[in-house]
Amino acid sequence: MLGKLTLQAIPFDHPVPLFAGSFVVLVVLCVVVWIALKGYVPYLWREWITSVDHKRIGVMYVLLACLMMLRGFIDAIMMRSQQTFAFHAAGYLPPEHFDQIFSAHGTIMIFFAAMPFMIGLMNFAVPLQLGVRDVAFPTLNNTSFWLTCVGALLINVSLLVGEFARTGWIPYPPLSELTYSPGVGVDYYLWSLLISGVGTLLTGINFVTTILKIRAPGMSYTRMPMFCWTALASNLLIVAAFPILTATLAMLTLDRYLGFHFFSNEAGGNPMMFVNLIWAWGHPEVYILVLPAFGIFAEVISTFSNRPLFGYRSMVIATMAFVIVTYTVWLHHFFTMGAGADVNGIFGIATTIIGLITGVKVFNWLFTMYGGRIVFASPMLWSIGFLVTFCIGGVTGMLLAVPPADFLVHNSTFLVAHFHNVIIGGVIFAGFAGLTYWFPKAFGFRLDEGWGKTAFWLTLIGFYVVFVPLYITGLQGMPRRMQHYDFALWHPWIVAAAFGIVLLFCAMVCQVIQLRVSIRHRDELRDDTGDPWNGRSLEWATASPAPAFNFAVLPRVHGAEPYWEIKRRAIETQQTAEPQYEPIELSRNSPVGVITAFFAFFVGFAMIWHIWWMAILGVVGAYAAFVWFAWRDVEDYTISAAEVAQLDRARRRVHEEWLTQHARELA
Amino acid sequence: MSTTEALPQAYGRVIDPYSLGRDRRGDAGGGRIYVTGRGEGGPASRRVIVGFGFWIFLLSDIVMFSVFFAAHAVLQTETAGGPSGRELFNPSHIAIETACLLASSFTCGMAAVAIEARSQAWTQVSLLITGLLGLAFVVLEAGDFATMIREGAGPDRSAFLSSFFAVVGLHGLHVSAGLLWLGTMMAQVFVKGFRPDILHRLLCFNLFWHVLDIIWVALFTLVYLVGALR
Repeated sequence: MLGKLTLQAIPFDHPVPLFAGSFVVLVVLCVVVWIALKGYVPYLWREWITSVDHKRIGVMYVLLACLMMLRGFIDAIMMRSQQTFAFHAAGYLPPEHFDQIFSAHGTIMIFFAAMPFMIGLMNFAVPLQLGVRDVAFPTLNNTSFWLTCVGALLINVSLLVGEFARTGWIPYPPLSELTYSPGVGVDYYLWSLLISGVGTLLTGINFVTTILKIRAPGMSYTRMPMFCWTALASNLLIVAAFPILTATLAMLTLDRYLGFHFFSNEAGGNPMMFVNLIWAWGHPEVYILVLPAFGIFAEVISTFSNRPLFGYRSMVIATMAFVIVTYTVWLHHFFTMGAGADVNGIFGIATTIIGLITGVKVFNWLFTMYGGRIVFASPMLWSIGFLVTFCIGGVTGMLLAVPPADFLVHNSTFLVAHFHNVIIGGVIFAGFAGLTYWFPKAFGFRLDEGWGKTAFWLTLIGFYVVFVPLYITGLQGMPRRMQHYDFALWHPWIVAAAFGIVLLFCAMVCQVIQLRVSIRHRDELRDDTGDPWNGRSLEWATASPAPAFNFAVLPRVHGAEPYWEIKRRAIETQQTAEPQYEPIELSRNSPVGVITAFFAFFVGFAMIWHIWWMAILGVVGAYAAFVWFAWRDVEDYTISAAEVAQLDRARRRVHEEWLTQHARELA
Repeated sequence: MSTTEALPQAYGRVIDPYSLGRDRRGDAGGGRIYVTGRGEGGPASRRVIVGFGFWIFLLSDIVMFSVFFAAHAVLQTETAGGPSGRELFNPSHIAIETACLLASSFTCGMAAVAIEARSQAWTQVSLLITGLLGLAFVVLEAGDFATMIREGAGPDRSAFLSSFFAVVGLHGLHVSAGLLWLGTMMAQVFVKGFRPDILHRLLCFNLFWHVLDIIWVALFTLVYLVGALR
């Protein structure tokens, strides 16, 4: 009846996961009860859970990312502390649990922290920057989000019901085959990523279509803000790379469930094929994450340097070059496979070319700042911190790109330090920069600068204190993922890294305090003009928080920096004529996304535990929800012209006052 | 204003005669600009957006198939002492399956013509024939699979057979999902008539069905023909 699921699945004999899991369940229950008692359920359901507004979906993505980053960070604390205690000792985490923790840390941080963070910011900002009202497929957007949530939920369920994979975040066969991983851990990994992968793919399709087909009148390709270009590149990569992940994981699933021999050791299976296929997705994935980050930095650096972006066209070419070159370097993740000197050499050279393209971008950012009036607000601090940190990460990457050098540090903590260097320094810094930058547009007030800057400095210093020691232990030959060790040379560095984790923890506390303080002081931090940073792109041309329809009248784009142009013309003429308001049609909210995701969760859970009837019911339920949605007769609702005018006039009045006040300084 | 003036013109000719570049209300985003669908004149029409988005999905689907093709290319000689393609494949069955699928694409095209003419009866008839031919294809393929598994040549026999069952089965799964979609669409056209959103879906279905044909041609060549030669 319940397949492999019995009471033994709950880890009564493992106190750490049992207490951690129970604690999480307790907290979630408390939050749910609190929401229910306060009577917020109808509001949440109506305004957020079923919302098809890209801004709200973006906010929910970022919220998911922050929660999952917290979870992944707790894993990181456990790994660092285990290694601190496990010198000539067993530490407090048994090997089978330690293995689950590093696997979960990697999986969660990449798929459910970094990805939703970038996708959330794209969701929030791209339609606004393009000067339009929503993405191409708003309901699909909501469905994508909930499918991503299902993936995150499944991984977290594995904490309390069963176990997670012990194979690392990329489950190499034959270890991940049924013979060597007979438990449900790898199955949790597979179904979580198969389901959330569908969500990510749908996001990719949605955004490619949005950016190529839905833009404000006059916004030609070379007038799009840089973030839109990088979002386009990132989503093209999603469309072309995520099917590879889905196919590869599907093959592993077939191996595990139906005795196929894709990657097994017997009957002609080829484990190295898995490694090749997964990195054919995995390397583009790096750029799926980091390209939007580059776009955020371009926006932030240009805004806070009070200068247009230097080398716009070279930046566009570099961005699109990544999309192609990133498919030619996957083998550098496993030079030690033994493909031979020629093959390794070619992939080493291709990797160096990627470095060159990044160099173009770095110099463009530097030249943007050169001669500008730089404002050192916290988004700008994150960006400058990124420039320095990312260059160091890039240089160690160049070292790893040289096959003979790579052989020496392969799978060492040097590699761990390298990719944390580029992903934290690139993606996570960009996430926080973007969060601070667009927060007023989402909620109508800025985040507190003092706490923000404290968080930045603690993060920056904490990051170096954690990962410089790991570079050193890597050069000293320390392999990654060690549960215990007895080599005295490494120990002081590992202790230093643990101290760095404490700093990062303080940084995280500062972020939470920042949010709390900002909410409390929201009236002083209020953004009345809709343009708190003296911005240059269209998202600043509307009110903060942006109304559901984004723009009362779609803006006409006349140059590469549309909002700057609007401001300049407004100052020249000292007035902006009131536009002709027209009724606006917007998509109605729909629960179909969350219902489909609900069934998808049961399909995933049932497949993990071999509860076949429940899986079938789940598929039927999802299909029924889909048909029910397809049968609807009314897609849109209309906001009348009078209502639009009323909402927009208030904004225009404040905005014009501000323009008159700042006319001289802007001109 | 005459009709031709209302249509977008360039170099003295009417471009975009089907108004693909205009949205439902006949204008682009509140203004009176006519656009060509390349995105510079404001948001494209719903029809363009839906069709384009679905094309992007189809491309991603083709990428997924290409991974299975690549796996098959790597593993097709790994028979592990088991039967090879030459011993297993039944050319006459594959010919019939191919005929069914190609014919169903033709009738699907006829359905598109019937939809263009807004003929409910002919639309239903041609979609029904499309579905029956697709069903015949799936039944034949499932029969082939069952025979192979009964004879001990199932996907667990060798890596070659694993990749064969996966890539052909994935196509079969797509056809089956397409049949489900087809049935739903027939019911929708019957109940709702030729509404714009239904027309968009029928356009997508047409694209989907033809792409399955293209993939079958690749399967036929790379899996069956090449496999039969080995």
